[in-house]
Amino acid sequence: MAESGSQNADVVAEHLRKWNAKSVAEVIEFHGETTLVVPRELLRDTAEFCRTNLEFNFLSDATSVDRFPVEPRFELNYHLVSIPKKSKIRLRTRVSGADPVVDSLVPVWPGAGWLEREIFDLMGIRFNGHPDLRRILLPDDWEGYPLRRDYPTEGFRDIPATFLPGFKKQ
Amino acid sequence: MILNMGPQHPSTHGVLRVALELDGETVVKAVPDLGYLHTGIEKSCEHKTYSQAITLTDRMDYLNPLGNNLVYCLAVEKLLGLEIPKRAQYIRVMMVELQRISSHLVWLGTHAIDMGAMSVFLYCFREREEILKIFERFAGQRMMTSYIRIGGVALEPPAGWREMVSRFLKMMPSRVDDYETLLTENRIWLARLQNVGKIKLEDAIAYSMTGPTLRAAGLAHDNRKFFPYCSYEEFKFDVPTRTDSDCYGRYMIRVAEIRESLKIVAQAMAKITDQGAVRAEAPGIIPPEREKMKTEMEALIYHFKIFTEGFSPPPGDAYVAIESPRGELGCYIVSDGSPKPLRCHFRSPSFINLQALPRIIEGQLLADVIACIGTIDIVLGDVDR
Repeated sequence: MAESGSQNADVVAEHLRKWNAKSVAEVIEFHGETTLVVPRELLRDTAEFCRTNLEFNFLSDATSVDRFPVEPRFELNYHLVSIPKKSKIRLRTRVSGADPVVDSLVPVWPGAGWLEREIFDLMGIRFNGHPDLRRILLPDDWEGYPLRRDYPTEGFRDIPATFLPGFKKQ
Repeated sequence: MILNMGPQHPSTHGVLRVALELDGETVVKAVPDLGYLHTGIEKSCEHKTYSQAITLTDRMDYLNPLGNNLVYCLAVEKLLGLEIPKRAQYIRVMMVELQRISSHLVWLGTHAIDMGAMSVFLYCFREREEILKIFERFAGQRMMTSYIRIGGVALEPPAGWREMVSRFLKMMPSRVDDYETLLTENRIWLARLQNVGKIKLEDAIAYSMTGPTLRAAGLAHDNRKFFPYCSYEEFKFDVPTRTDSDCYGRYMIRVAEIRESLKIVAQAMAKITDQGAVRAEAPGIIPPEREKMKTEMEALIYHFKIFTEGFSPPPGDAYVAIESPRGELGCYIVSDGSPKPLRCHFRSPSFINLQALPRIIEGQLLADVIACIGTIDIVLGDVDR
């Protein structure tokens, strides 16, 4: 099976900590993949540092996970690739359900634009400083965020009212 | 003038709508509008067991179903820590490369039709038919094969498969020459594609573009070479690159890739032995063989467990990226230790490459928009998921 080529992950974490001691809150290793957990306030600065100083020039993917009902419920994952160094790393930020806002990474990688719009559209996380934060896959007048775990797979429209939470039987 | 192109415009190859602001015939601003084909596959995956979701992945990028199966299965296998037998890996490589050829053939044919060359379309589909026949023999299905499964592939290769694939490999190179005779130096083709839809390499990287579009811009980035999976490191092939970064360059790259894929298929065919396992040995995860179920109690129990409850990978997450015909196809799966994934996300190359479309077409002529959309090679099923 392919390993992700993250052998220099410790070096990356060390570089980041040298730059800002608070930047890496946690390093997670799982199946050869390295995840650096970054505080929400430092996400954009850390990403910028990774791009300019550590040669992570390519944003491969950005996605979100909802761990409802655990708080902070949202996890944002940015998969970075360094094309010159052939290595990969994942930046993760945890966001609470009460205030799901993070800084947009569009100023760092323009390619984050649609990925963040998709996250906003389907999971309802907002991005500060995004130039065009609109729904992208769903219609503009859609209500709710379908990829959240508390959104039923069948949607709300097709469920008989008796199954909806809060409905009292007469 | 504001012009709506699509969602039913034939050259958008599906249901893409682009709102174009025009000054005469020049595009001033372009805003893509998508989602017409959104089917919530990621959400549906969360409510199916790990093996059930394979059939959904077929239906995302419908020109690359085997690639979608592969990336999903690789991600689940990474979560489980499964080792796949070499023979199954080579079969996977062969099938995925055949799929790449068929996908490029559909692209070439439909793009030629967009540019007004009707005959190329018929030739390309004639050869694609041969590939679909091979798939049908292997999996019983022409398009939505679901042939690649967690732990290996679904079935033993059928009797007579070698002859079938060899016949195709023998026929194909001269057919590719035919397409090139029709197009490569064709004056209309050159006039429509050369110096059209240029994008700078820095921009292509900044917009996370992958696949032939990135390689035509001059960077030999290919996940098969960079981060090999399925034993790709054992295969000899080149990654074609160009520096012209226009529609013509992307066409040349795809034609060269068809030839490279033929090489890989030939090598994979030589590596696939006649005997050997096509599935990993992992009771409780991979369904037991039919024969065993008739004689062994455990096999029967495992079969029942797998198809009623499913299996539970350990909590954690895995991201796997492969090289699909359109670029980097990624799958990110999060497990919470239950038989259904907590989150299943697909990084679809069409979606991300399409993002750079306004950048490419702004300042171009209206007629060139079609050439640009075509050579980025989007599949709307993959864009909207």
